[in-house]
Amino acid sequence: MGVERLFKDEATEEKGERARMASFIGAIAIADLVKTTLGPKGMDKILQSTGRGRSVTVTNDGATILKSLHIDNPAAKVLVDISKVQDDEVGDGTTSVVVLAGELLREAEKLVATKIHPMTIIAGTVCKGCEVLSGSNGITIVSESRIPWMSVEGYRMAAECARNALLQRVMDNKEDAEIQGRLNEDCNDYFEFQDTLPGQGTFCQIGRRCCYEAKGQHKLGVHSDYQEAWRIFEGLFLDEGFILDKKIGIGQPKRIENAKILVANTAMDTDKVKIYGARVRADSMSRVAEIETAEKEKMREKVQKIIAHGINCFVNRQLIYNFPEELFADAGILAIEHADFDGIERLALVTGGEIASTFDNPESVKLGHCKLIEEIMIGEDKLIHFSGVAMGQACTIVLRGASNHVLDEAERSLHDALCVLSQTVNDSRVLLGGGWPEMVMAQAVDELARKTPGKKSLAIEAFSRALIAIPTIIADNAGLDSADLVAQLRAEHHKETSNAGIDVISGSVGDMAELGISEAFKVKQAVLLSATEAAEMILRVDEIITCAPRRREGM
Amino acid sequence: MALAFDEFGRPFIIIKEQEQKTRLRGLDAQKANISAGKAVARILRTSLGPKGMDKMLQSPDGDVTITNDGATILEQMDVDNQIAKLMVELSRSQDYEIGDGTTGVVVMAGALLEHAERLLERGIHPIRVAEGYEMASRIAVEHLERIAHKFEFSLTNVESLVQTCMTTLSSKIVNRCKRSLAEIAVNAVMAVADLERKDVNLDLIKVEGKVGGKLEDTELIYGILVDKEMSHPQMPKQIEDAKIAILTCPFEPPKPKTKHKVDIDTVEKFQNLRQQEQKYFDDMVQQCKDVGATLVICQWGFDDEANHLLLHRNLPAVRWVGGVELELIAIATGGMIVPRFQELTPEKLGKAGLVREKSFGTTKDRMIYIEHCANSRAVTIFIRGGNKMMIEETKRSIHDALCVARNLIRNNSIVYGGGAAEISFSLAVEAGADRYPGVEQYAIRAFADALDAIPMALAENSGLQPIETLFAVKSQQTKEDNPCCGIDCNDVGTNDMHEQNVFETLIGKQQQILLATQVVKMILKIDDVISPSDY
Repeated sequence: MGVERLFKDEATEEKGERARMASFIGAIAIADLVKTTLGPKGMDKILQSTGRGRSVTVTNDGATILKSLHIDNPAAKVLVDISKVQDDEVGDGTTSVVVLAGELLREAEKLVATKIHPMTIIAGTVCKGCEVLSGSNGITIVSESRIPWMSVEGYRMAAECARNALLQRVMDNKEDAEIQGRLNEDCNDYFEFQDTLPGQGTFCQIGRRCCYEAKGQHKLGVHSDYQEAWRIFEGLFLDEGFILDKKIGIGQPKRIENAKILVANTAMDTDKVKIYGARVRADSMSRVAEIETAEKEKMREKVQKIIAHGINCFVNRQLIYNFPEELFADAGILAIEHADFDGIERLALVTGGEIASTFDNPESVKLGHCKLIEEIMIGEDKLIHFSGVAMGQACTIVLRGASNHVLDEAERSLHDALCVLSQTVNDSRVLLGGGWPEMVMAQAVDELARKTPGKKSLAIEAFSRALIAIPTIIADNAGLDSADLVAQLRAEHHKETSNAGIDVISGSVGDMAELGISEAFKVKQAVLLSATEAAEMILRVDEIITCAPRRREGM
Repeated sequence: MALAFDEFGRPFIIIKEQEQKTRLRGLDAQKANISAGKAVARILRTSLGPKGMDKMLQSPDGDVTITNDGATILEQMDVDNQIAKLMVELSRSQDYEIGDGTTGVVVMAGALLEHAERLLERGIHPIRVAEGYEMASRIAVEHLERIAHKFEFSLTNVESLVQTCMTTLSSKIVNRCKRSLAEIAVNAVMAVADLERKDVNLDLIKVEGKVGGKLEDTELIYGILVDKEMSHPQMPKQIEDAKIAILTCPFEPPKPKTKHKVDIDTVEKFQNLRQQEQKYFDDMVQQCKDVGATLVICQWGFDDEANHLLLHRNLPAVRWVGGVELELIAIATGGMIVPRFQELTPEKLGKAGLVREKSFGTTKDRMIYIEHCANSRAVTIFIRGGNKMMIEETKRSIHDALCVARNLIRNNSIVYGGGAAEISFSLAVEAGADRYPGVEQYAIRAFADALDAIPMALAENSGLQPIETLFAVKSQQTKEDNPCCGIDCNDVGTNDMHEQNVFETLIGKQQQILLATQVVKMILKIDDVISPSDY
């Protein structure tokens, strides 16, 4: 009598060592994939979509790379997920979190491997690979299942310790004057990291100035040579006002000073009767014509009501048909139709108006104000520019670049930078960059390992090795001698309160405080915690059960 | 396969499509069933206890679940074998009834089956084995009641409840902050418990999760959390002393149930209809305003016009709130759900001290908190965590902890965990066996042996030498007559579970024994398996 079949036909089951192997390999493969993009000299990846058009994305952003991969390995999916969460939560560090989790697993794999090899004691049927350690009360036999546990505990202690180390050394810059400077450095550092895009200085200034609210809007002009692209990047500008990608209706003023704006979300095509079941039934053509006139009259009334607000600019989320548009033009009012929902919300915020849908009480509707509305040209496109807005809380960044891909990447980078900035505004603690936090944490963790008795210390040591792997990778990616640099860095960090980190530009160990390279504390903390959490999760697995894939129709 | 033959050895055709069925009977059938049951138990065995491992499950659609919860593993396993499905059912019924101990019950059933197999080989009739098991389970349950302790707790002193919840949580991935999670679970249960009737309605506890942040940020909200935002971006984000109108009618002109058509054939009718329509909107908002509502929560959507009117009249609103959430809000705020605008009265409004909208992370996710409610009988546990799988697993763990706390409120007896209870009643069953004459004695002894499987698995998963550890503890229990000795899974240095504060609920343990015995009896009684052969 053989073992009964338990699962459905195509379901597979992997147990014990094999399951662990499968998840380690999957996770490490993913980490290796994004590893080369880490650091200021990290490389980019080209992603080609499988959809129609085979569109291509060139990127350096971990979350973007991982999101576009189709993965089958369940452990790898865990890593993709943490990277996505990191993106949603703090917006930056998406590569680091995956690399750190991968390194933790790599070290764990080594631990598991070494403990099983040396002695294979067959004790009954239960302990396959055992490790014999002489303890105080005779001999303790540790079965293999124990090792991941030790690592989990060790990792956990180490993570806690690392976090405390960070907390101790963190710089809190509550003073406003300093914050600006810090933010600047932060951002600067960020762009060094992200890309070797030119015009870094401009980028970071822009980022700093619009750290509260901003909209990345890009327009592209296609230029073939890169010299040109350089120039255009340098020419990238931040606009104090707000730019809406819309055209002004025909025959309406192209420029309005001291505009009073009514932002609306209302039907300006045909105003349907909303009572259920209403329909027009007429017995003669003349009746139809009468009703049509009544409809027109209704629209005219509506337009009159809108005009009665005393406005000279009307922005609607929905379509404006020709007839009301004409009426607006007659009244000398600038009407903008079909502004998307986001645009409307932001415009309402910027100009201080409210989004209106009924127009019966003109005195109580708040209107938006701005100093100047005009149509401007960027490249070949016409845009509407609102400047001198009431709230001053919004601004637009216009990105220009040589190709779609450059622009997309620039937009992603800018998004990350803005995220970092907004996080730093909320939590003003920052750390130095360039591998400095990793070294500080590694040092603290090492210290802990020395103090901890028992096998946990091995796992704690492994944690510190995984931390050091990050500066190593940064150096490797920059084509530097990582072994030498990291050793130097280590020596530096043995002195009290060192600020040493890797200076990738000059290829040596430098003072990060002097170079002004810093990172947000919140980002680093999130990286540390979610990487440990994910590694722990994967380590705990001893069995993988894959269900038969669902059959798709027509396949 | 054939059921009956004539005198020449030709089969009678009895079953439809007889040629295509396979049949197993007698001992073969029982053995096949037992081995299937054991295979399921073997999968779960490594998940038992605080050092148990997790399983990674990939669903047919490719979603990954990582869990330690027996019921969840079995449910998602996509089992095909009939007997294995029985085991899945077993774990599920433990989950529905008790909510915890879903892994233990399957491991126990597996061990019982394993020992039954040996008895069957000796030639003992399966029914006798089943009866023996039944008697043994009765002894065990009675013994459990004897060794159980009453736990005293009150609204202010919940330490003992927290300790028991911690035992449940310690086997999960969340054991990093089991203390705080156990406290959250206990406080949640205490907030909604009806101590007079000794009952807890777990529906009043809402568990929400959102990725991001860290596990330590998980919090208990005395109120309701709704994953929605204000219907208009410019409505106030915070309302104090809110009076809430809870509506299940849309802000739209009514739709009569009977089919009808309104014909427009003259200009006057057209204009009438228009005014009618405007009046509807105006009236609806006015009615809400008139009763003094400062927040409208609506199950349906509103028209753009209604939305603006609400903003205009300074009446913030939330739309598309689900039915279950609406009920919870009504309970928490002490309001009534109002199906028609005409029926709105000031008494029917719910009251909450603070309603606020909070945004998360870098994406535009917002949630609405309704706090300081008139009646804090509905609470929300809001879980944060590094990734999706983590949140899901935490939700399951919290569910287990909630169930444990509820069981303790229903019946405050506890037994000691860490295998202590199993060892203790294994000894009792062993001793009781001698009193029974007849073949059942063998089965009762086998039951006692089978109970050792749980402490054994615990020891094995914790990296201890299983046989040595088990018998050391056994002899200690007998010598000291102390039912608190268990397996020291966490290397604390003592195996007195009373000192380690490892407790389990009495009803949970009893249920485990009863359910496991029942299923095993059922499996043993099957002597013929007819199934369609593989095609």
